[in-house]
Amino acid sequence: MTHAGHPSAAESITKAPRDHRLWWAAGCLLSLYGLVLLAPFLAPYGAEEQDRTLPYAPPMALHFHHPDHGWQLRPMIYPLRPVAGTYDQYEEDRRRPLELSFWIRREDGRRRLLGTSSQGDSSRGDSSPSRVHLLGTDGFGRDIFSRLLFAGRTSLLTGLLAALLSLSLGTLVGALAGYVGGWVDALLMRGCELLTALPWLYLLLAVRAFLPLDVDPEFALAGTLALIACLGWAAPARLIRGAVASLRQRDFVRAAAGFGASHAALLGRHILPHASGLIVIQLWLAVPRYILAEVTLSFLGLGLVEPYGSLGTLLADGLRQQAFLAHPWLLSPAVALILVVLSYHQMASVHEQRARPIAH
Amino acid sequence: MTVFNLRAPSLIPPCLALTAVLAVWCSPTPLLADEPPLVLADAHASQPQPTSETPLVVDSRGRAGGRLVVPLAAEPRTLNPLLATDRPSYTVVRRLHASLVRIDGLSHRTVPALAVSWQVLDGGRRLRLHLRRGVRFSDGEPFDADDVLFTFQVYLDPAVASPNRDLLIVADQPVAIEKIDSHLVDLVFAAPYAVGERLLDGLAILPQHRLRQAYADGTLGQHWGLDSAAEEVVGLGPFRFAGYFPGERLELERNPHYWKTDLEAQPLPYLDRLTFLLVANPETRLLRFERGELHLLEGLSSESFQRLEGSRQRSSLDLRDLGPGLSYSFLFFNLNPLPQGPETGENLAAIAAKQPWFENRLFRQAVSAAIDRDSIIRLVYRGKATAIGSHVTSGNKLWINERLPIPQRSVGNARQLLRRAGFSWRADGTLQDDKQQAVRFTLVTSSSNQQRLDMATIVQRDLAEIGIDLRVVPLEFRALIERLTHSFEYEASLLALGGGDIDPNGSLNVWQSSGGNHLWHLGQKQPATPWEAEIDALLREQLVTVDMARRKVLYDRLQTIVAEQLPFIFLVSPNTLVGARREVGNFAPSILGHPTLWNVDRLYLRVKD
Repeated sequence: MTHAGHPSAAESITKAPRDHRLWWAAGCLLSLYGLVLLAPFLAPYGAEEQDRTLPYAPPMALHFHHPDHGWQLRPMIYPLRPVAGTYDQYEEDRRRPLELSFWIRREDGRRRLLGTSSQGDSSRGDSSPSRVHLLGTDGFGRDIFSRLLFAGRTSLLTGLLAALLSLSLGTLVGALAGYVGGWVDALLMRGCELLTALPWLYLLLAVRAFLPLDVDPEFALAGTLALIACLGWAAPARLIRGAVASLRQRDFVRAAAGFGASHAALLGRHILPHASGLIVIQLWLAVPRYILAEVTLSFLGLGLVEPYGSLGTLLADGLRQQAFLAHPWLLSPAVALILVVLSYHQMASVHEQRARPIAH
Repeated sequence: MTVFNLRAPSLIPPCLALTAVLAVWCSPTPLLADEPPLVLADAHASQPQPTSETPLVVDSRGRAGGRLVVPLAAEPRTLNPLLATDRPSYTVVRRLHASLVRIDGLSHRTVPALAVSWQVLDGGRRLRLHLRRGVRFSDGEPFDADDVLFTFQVYLDPAVASPNRDLLIVADQPVAIEKIDSHLVDLVFAAPYAVGERLLDGLAILPQHRLRQAYADGTLGQHWGLDSAAEEVVGLGPFRFAGYFPGERLELERNPHYWKTDLEAQPLPYLDRLTFLLVANPETRLLRFERGELHLLEGLSSESFQRLEGSRQRSSLDLRDLGPGLSYSFLFFNLNPLPQGPETGENLAAIAAKQPWFENRLFRQAVSAAIDRDSIIRLVYRGKATAIGSHVTSGNKLWINERLPIPQRSVGNARQLLRRAGFSWRADGTLQDDKQQAVRFTLVTSSSNQQRLDMATIVQRDLAEIGIDLRVVPLEFRALIERLTHSFEYEASLLALGGGDIDPNGSLNVWQSSGGNHLWHLGQKQPATPWEAEIDALLREQLVTVDMARRKVLYDRLQTIVAEQLPFIFLVSPNTLVGARREVGNFAPSILGHPTLWNVDRLYLRVKD
């Protein structure tokens, strides 16, 4: 603690380790980020791999009772086969129990966590019954679990990056405005108001239209997110400006100034550490906001396009064709998204309580 | 005449939208066992010919009365047939007005309407029409040759700017009309015209007594808007305007002067009222249809159709899969000559660098061979579509060249064709051209059409198997059309076209090298290739060939050229899916024009409202 009653960001977390909400949220976020970062290993299939014989297959149930060997620890699945005369109705082929294998080697030489021993890999024709679809498949027979992992990686990482970028800008501008004051403050804050008033969706539409067609989707997404971040720094900048302006008048800051501390030292050593609680809360709030922004863009067809997935494209897929009724497993990205957003908000909430002294 | 076939009608450019709805056709689907087959009395048939004094007797039975409620996807813009270009307007206008000749939905042939019979004279240059006597407009005023003359005068007047005017220009000359007597008129063409009386279908005959003054004043365009008084809108159709309730519904009532009766001399139409409910959302339309608030539903997607088939209401629904319609989806490459030189933008230069691939017939054939049409049918259309090898779908039974094979997927064949065309593969499987350039291109398609996006996803995966890196770029429809027709900043595109008429002339603007929908290479002054020149010659010849068999030979040849050269890589033709409540009698949907309302004068309700 730098001064009594004013915990820094790191302190506010470490000093109260017994708050279960914090550990719950942090654990959840760490697991989710861990899962998506390990997507190439954890996902049983590629995000684009199609099995055209299994469109809209439901999630496969894991069984632990082998018809011949009785109960066992190793999970099994029964391959699905289409019900005759239907398009997306399946039944389990009970005659062919298939045990799940772990740490299996695929045709491309890479190892994957999950599969069945007679792993099939075909985007058509081959009715390989041994595919494992823990969360079912979409309309092209693509494994939702695998797609969710790869899509989550895109969404979660880009959200985090955009938030970091936006907050860095916001902190810079807010600190400058709050510290210097006067016409600089007025100018920067009017600039913030202008940015807040811009209809960003239309701006994005316009920018996207100017990009050439043959742009890498990743590049398009990164560019779009950078743009959101550049537009999104205004709100945190105003908050930080208020905090800095207030801190600048505090006795300990004046004292430091009286002892001849430079502007950089005043800001870097005395003011910003006290505003860090606020900044971190802004980060916790900004990440889910940018994740949702990316989801919105993809949902509107402005972000990533097929076959590259993000949670937004996956969600858009789930919300058509009366998915609620017919294929509810297509909505699993929504569950993942809710989990992510809740975890981040929980972090912000916990942190807000800890950092409250700064508001005095 | 052909148009962009979009699911969202509001996005259809108005000038193109009209053509989408200009035809009325039907496929021979089995009727319900308790319904008599619907056969219009045909003046050319051997059965007793009605005299021109009598109303047209229709082979139909039904029960008078009741109100039929049908959905309208958007608000109509006008009730004026001269200006109706959007689909909702056209749907309503065709119930208010009648034409001289109609194309029958079941037989695909012309049948008498306001003209009792007609003769082709002077080697196809003259069409003599005998008008029905005793016919009255919906306000009770009589109809005669003067109304027909007035109608043609108005349609042909450039000042009126009717989009239908183009239909009446033959060999660059407007059709001339001559009155022989009060019920006999001649249409005179500048050259023999193979289409003959077919062009009269959809041309609404206007009441001279009502509109002459407005025409003279130059205010015809402002007439018959949605705010018109009910008695102002006068026509010869089965219904007349009864009122418009903005944002809610449009009401039509029975025309008591309609000129058709059924076999029991009961005047048609059977229905007292026809209500168009404005329901913009397809999902809402489906729900309201299921709940019995709508009697008819057309343009169903395969998902919706499947859902209705499994619905608890199934027993009270009459769902029909009419088989392939006339629309077809296809992929094509940009073969437009792009400006060369230092001022050419980077984008166009990059596209021009790839055009040698696209211009290579073997490359196009390889792409066609690599595409898995069966998967498109199964995954995108749930089995409710048909693979096609040319633009003439199997719905067009009169004109399809049945000798043309349906393309089958063969990766081996595709690779062989690419090898012959000078392509090779890198160690990682990427296809490269003779300059070691990796084959990669973008495909633009409409972002609002999910089925097309799904097709693009399948094509993308299929082409990846032969080493082609295809990138799909969904664009807003207007932006897409701008690229396809003006800036030419695209490499390949996936679109659908819907035939307005089964007649070869219906697709003239696609296949003629100078045609407005000759999408792969627009604005040609001279045919760019020998095969396009041959197509032009075939089209010119069929236009003046009155002998149907000879025309068929010419059109077969055209289809063969198209299937070999593949300026369009044809994918599938989706089935036309419609539904009706069981209480709707004489329901005989058609794949042409308005699928469920084309025979609205014969529809009746088994149970009254």
